[in-house]
Amino acid sequence: MSTATKDRIERGALPHPDVTRLDDVNRDVLRALETPGKGWWALFAVAVAGLGVFAASWGWQMYRGIGVSGLNSPVGWGVYITCFVFWVGIAHSGTLISAILFLFRAPWRQAIYRAAEAMTVFAVMTAGLFPLIHVGRLWHAYWLIPYPNSRFLWPNFKSPLVWDVFAITTYFTVSATFFYLGTIPDIAAARDRARGLRKKLYQVISLGWRGTDQQWHHFGKAYIFLAALATPLVLSVHSVVSWDFAVAIVPGWHTTIFAPYFVAGAIYSGVAMVITLVVPIRKVFGLEAYLTTKHFDAMAKLCLLTSLIVFYAYLSEFFMAWYSGEEIERTTFWNRLFGTYWWATWIMLTCNGFVPVMLWFKRVRHSIPALFVISIFVNIGMWFERYVIVVTSLHHEYEPFAWGIYRPSVTEMGILLGSFCWFGFWFLLFTRLLPVVAIQELKEVLPPPMRKPTEARS
Amino acid sequence: MSSTAGILASYEYLDSTVDAIEKLKKAGFKGVKAYSPYPDHHIEHALGYDQSPVRVWTLVGGLTGTATGFALTIWTSMDWPLVVGGKPIVSIPAYIIIAFELTILFGALSTLIGLFILSRLPDVRSAVVYDPEFTAGRYGVYVEADSGRLDEARNILNGQEPVELREGEGAADA
Repeated sequence: MSTATKDRIERGALPHPDVTRLDDVNRDVLRALETPGKGWWALFAVAVAGLGVFAASWGWQMYRGIGVSGLNSPVGWGVYITCFVFWVGIAHSGTLISAILFLFRAPWRQAIYRAAEAMTVFAVMTAGLFPLIHVGRLWHAYWLIPYPNSRFLWPNFKSPLVWDVFAITTYFTVSATFFYLGTIPDIAAARDRARGLRKKLYQVISLGWRGTDQQWHHFGKAYIFLAALATPLVLSVHSVVSWDFAVAIVPGWHTTIFAPYFVAGAIYSGVAMVITLVVPIRKVFGLEAYLTTKHFDAMAKLCLLTSLIVFYAYLSEFFMAWYSGEEIERTTFWNRLFGTYWWATWIMLTCNGFVPVMLWFKRVRHSIPALFVISIFVNIGMWFERYVIVVTSLHHEYEPFAWGIYRPSVTEMGILLGSFCWFGFWFLLFTRLLPVVAIQELKEVLPPPMRKPTEARS
Repeated sequence: MSSTAGILASYEYLDSTVDAIEKLKKAGFKGVKAYSPYPDHHIEHALGYDQSPVRVWTLVGGLTGTATGFALTIWTSMDWPLVVGGKPIVSIPAYIIIAFELTILFGALSTLIGLFILSRLPDVRSAVVYDPEFTAGRYGVYVEADSGRLDEARNILNGQEPVELREGEGAADA
């Protein structure tokens, strides 16, 4: 084994040394598409049941009106907007891993990025439902699309909410395009091994990919340009989401730190979600040779870095509230820690600030069960972060007579639960229909088969 | 009247593939095609590729997006001038966000369209000249030659010890 190969294994770029031949990758990855096990069916059944709850809750809200939620004056944004921000945030690390780490040539991304990218697409699909749920009258949702209405009045392009429509639709379109493009050669690989109905399906969605020199040549360039477009996009989307808040003058929202703070939080929660999803995939589909502790170590480090940025943002918000000397600002942040919603704030601080401290230790980063548990804590913490931002700020604004308490209703809880099942439903289908690990990219890093090993080309 | 025929050779090794391509090129054969399970720069180099015109699609798409974003926001504001939140009728900083998003959106979609056109996708006709092993672990070289030069081409391909050699009537454009 050459030193270059050894170095690549060391850095997590190459799969386990047992994987040496190009078609080993096909064998191992495509095996996952065969008959599903009982575990998969059990999870799928849970997801479908949850979709039922989702449909029932949303249907009930459409029938009775938005009054069945706990939303009212002064807290007009609650669980729905919390979920929207949470799911958009989850999406971010997928694009980070697939596009940004691609441009930076980070060696460990190959094995992970397909699953992370699928997560992105499905998370944006989930997030995109929440504005529709939140507007209450779904049949008027098309008002969000920029078109002149019957009085020739256009949407207000100065409004962050309209920016958001553009940001989210662009993000969904571009991340879905990027995901699909990267999958085409792998669908072709699946096509060439499938039979019956599956083969027909893959024939159509692989668009007749044959891996000719001409196809690869343009594909490679297009992929780089899409990555280069997705990189600023991912940083912009959560910034735009943060401006939904920061442009308003609500105390607790109106700060300039929001854009970087949200982006860091998004990547943090997203990496945690990738860990949560990839641990079972690795186990169930027997991909231990491809997803090694190196990959988990790298993700844990990314989690640790972003957790530090997020925690720093929390502290600087508290510090600036005190340092500004502004009574309202000070009250808001005091109220966050010790007011009605103190428990939400402390869950946020514990899960996002204190639990990830464990990631400083190599033993923890190399223990997959430990990482799985920590990632779930982070998911919970990041959901509560958004809840804290949305609810504690709104319930305690400037005028004491306008203070109020918000309690999520059963309908909102049903929709919250349902959104996880909606996401899980698509993700489970993905694991059965498309290769969960990028076959073609793994082959790129494997040492190519040579007839004359002595004259090996670089 | 000379007819053309195509030969497809499958190789197990990268260096054999590259050598076969280089020799065919040297002998002056046009219409050499390669198949590989992943993009390989040795093969691209042997076939003599330079910059892909996909980049023009990206640039033009992106700039169209920027222009559309500013045009849409500015024109709609001027079309019905309404002061909102005490801001100027045309608020460029706010419109930069729309223009930015449309730059990315149009740039990405036009890259995709450019790729499809340049690499002739989608193409779901069943391919005559293809081997399912090309998405697994084998490389392929396909060459079209006049009946007069067919033997020469066959000899070059055979010289690199192919796993399989197939011949057929020409004009397969898969």
